Amino acid sequence: MLSRLKSFHPFLLAGLVLAGCACPVLAQPGVGESLPAWAGRGLEGALPETGGRVLLVDFWASWCAPCAESFPDLAGIHRDFSPRGVTLMAISVDKEPRAYAAFLKKFAPPFATVRDARQEYVAAVGVPAMPTTLVVGRDGKIRAVFPGYHGEKTGTALRAALEAALAEKI
Amino acid sequence: MKTSRLLFTGLALAAALLGGGCATQTVQAWQRGSLTDYTMRPDRDPLATAMAEHTWFSREASAGGRGVGGSGCGCN
Repeated sequence: MLSRLKSFHPFLLAGLVLAGCACPVLAQPGVGESLPAWAGRGLEGALPETGGRVLLVDFWASWCAPCAESFPDLAGIHRDFSPRGVTLMAISVDKEPRAYAAFLKKFAPPFATVRDARQEYVAAVGVPAMPTTLVVGRDGKIRAVFPGYHGEKTGTALRAALEAALAEKI
Repeated sequence: MKTSRLLFTGLALAAALLGGGCATQTVQAWQRGSLTDYTMRPDRDPLATAMAEHTWFSREASAGGRGVGGSGCGCN
């Protein structure tokens, strides 16, 4: 029996290697890539006008503590950068509408917020963490990706990325 | 003999492929809402926690060190 198993272990190995190849490769947002279009992705809520503006897209969820921590900072960024040509759009991945509504009631964000109830758009973008914030240039290409929220460090980096995107001449 | 060997090889390959398939499921960042649910907390029942703690103390002559951070989305 042992000798028989020995003769089969290359086959087992080959099978496992093949199975490894079948592992789904998730698309992750890369700098320089175009932000996937959100039309027809089932986003619930009023989508803001983005034509000719730098875009800050924030993926968040009501169950994500760092997301809640980031909202006051995002509100400050919206206040400072909106008049200068930056549109902030926060996309919630909450499946539970009540949790989503309660979060919005508590934080009352001054920027546009929509809900990706089917989690279709977030899967298309392939965010690596919650929250993830993307800075998108006027040409629709991703300029910077910020996975997670690490307090002031992330806030400062976001502001610097927005300044750089605004300074670009297209 | 040859047929049984071929069958065994086929079965081994199928088992390896099926087993490998189970390992390819990954919980994505946006799917972790379920992990933050209250029911995922190991200390959600104070009575059960107290009883387990008592058993631990009685049988193992040790106490404490059972607490964890609760559930969470593993966001940061």
